[in-house]
Amino acid sequence: MVDTKTTSGQPERLQLLRVLGPAHIWALGVGIVLVGEYMGWNFAVGKGGMIAGLIACWVAGLLYTCVAMIDSEVTSTVAAAGGQYAQAKHIVGPLMAFNVGLFLVMAYTMLEAANAITIGFLLDTVAGMQGHTGLHQQPFIVLCVMFLAWLNYRGVLATLTFNLVITAVAFMAIIALFLSVQFGVSSVPLDFSAVTTDPMPYGWIGILASLHFGLWYYLGIEGTCQAAEEVRSPARSLPYGTMAGIMTLLIAATMTWYVCSGLIPWEYLGQAGTPLFDAARVTGNRGLMVLLFIGTMFSTLASANGCINDASRAWFSMGRDRYLPIWFGAVHPVYRTPYRSIIFLVPIALIFALGAPLDQVVTFSILSGLLGYTFMTFNMVMFRRKWPLDTIKRGYVHPMHPLPTIVLLILCATAYVAVFLGYGTQLIAMVSFYIIASLWFHFRRYRFVRRGDQFTMPWPRPEGY
Amino acid sequence: MAYKPPKQSFAGQIFDVITLLVLTVGALYLPLYLGLAGAAKTPAPIANPTWEALGQNATEQQQWAALGITDPAAANDIITARFDYSFSWIALVVMAILVIGYFVLVVRLSDREYRDVIAERFGAKKK
Repeated sequence: MVDTKTTSGQPERLQLLRVLGPAHIWALGVGIVLVGEYMGWNFAVGKGGMIAGLIACWVAGLLYTCVAMIDSEVTSTVAAAGGQYAQAKHIVGPLMAFNVGLFLVMAYTMLEAANAITIGFLLDTVAGMQGHTGLHQQPFIVLCVMFLAWLNYRGVLATLTFNLVITAVAFMAIIALFLSVQFGVSSVPLDFSAVTTDPMPYGWIGILASLHFGLWYYLGIEGTCQAAEEVRSPARSLPYGTMAGIMTLLIAATMTWYVCSGLIPWEYLGQAGTPLFDAARVTGNRGLMVLLFIGTMFSTLASANGCINDASRAWFSMGRDRYLPIWFGAVHPVYRTPYRSIIFLVPIALIFALGAPLDQVVTFSILSGLLGYTFMTFNMVMFRRKWPLDTIKRGYVHPMHPLPTIVLLILCATAYVAVFLGYGTQLIAMVSFYIIASLWFHFRRYRFVRRGDQFTMPWPRPEGY
Repeated sequence: MAYKPPKQSFAGQIFDVITLLVLTVGALYLPLYLGLAGAAKTPAPIANPTWEALGQNATEQQQWAALGITDPAAANDIITARFDYSFSWIALVVMAILVIGYFVLVVRLSDREYRDVIAERFGAKKK
């Protein structure tokens, strides 16, 4: 199957394998994101208090519902590896695609780093509980990233099947904790008194600020479309898997807020490294502690696994299109994976996992995601304008256009202000990074790009061009 | 006629990869490493802290104990730490201009490139 020839005598490019179904898409989306319930979301409570954490959870849920609706329509029509990257290439233009590719790579690589940090922190916590204080976290962080990179190197089907199993276990662990607490297993009762005694410690500005980390509940659900080229039936699997994923996450996020806010003082919760595991510790039930330890480990592994999968696909796609050196566009001759991209991103993840605090890494991931969601708003408008509904066949048409787009744009603008409150320097650093990278692409890199090859969909000429 | 891009040398590919790496680490990691970025959250510990003085009721005290913190002094910094949300409107406007300017820049430059792509893919536009 390697180096087969086409009828024109040109070597045929190795393709990614179409082996995935809707359950894999659900597992890819939820697998990346479910870790958001196990860590990171609780910084929203720290930024605004207990009520702010819940409002952030629901407002961010609305934002991601809009993302899922828009993404389902565009991705089911532009079914190519790279997801939003391929969308940007066909709808907005090469420079936007380069930026979107970078958003995806940075968002997922930082999320992968955050997952590795959490694994190290969790093992340190558990070792401390067993009387072994001062555990070196770094070897576990390195081991985690290297093992998952190897798994991704070996093949997508094994990788996402592994994700499907461990994601399901992690999700069941949240439900088990919720039900156990409801049925009185916890030795310490639920306490929501802070809702009345200290409802808004920062006032309304805290509610606004908390949206920053509220995004963490769901960040990465859009990653479902990264596997578009490896799905057997994109028009059916992508919308189904994505929408089922966002519903799963809305339920899990609300249960998580309820259990953690009831069992952990909000001041502690607002800075905790592993809130669900901490909630299990408060219950005093050893079985729940073990279950939530496993849940935290599995959710972080599943997320990091999905992140490596998605970031490498985006990097691979950019290499294949020469937006990056073409060396990255290679597919492994045996495993059919973008192996060079997978290996290249390992040290970048490790630099941040070993040297940056969790909340900063999370913020970089959120910011890249946020820039990507902002792109989705005008991308959707341009998509409908350049190819009105009756001009091309869409796998799925989302209802109420342009309402989801308008809501998404308003929520994105609000989220920028939320990040600015407390983390303004990171926001400026990140946007400056993208501006410099854009200028580098436009004035240096773009000359290596084959123009006509950037439009591969069998669509008519876009209106207005 | 289709645009024929130059073939990039191996050294050129290495140079581009290093540029991106330096850009990533320089713009994102260095500010963290130099302590220029970070959350503006500072503790305001109270003198002679007790659980009551820190505003923790009986159930919350049980929760702190279950988390391994039985001494209120150990929780003093965690409970009293607050973000400083005072901000300058000018800084907010600068941030807005930066974000909007970035997207305008990217969309405009993309549009120029996109016209090349469409012209090559579909041929020159009919008048």
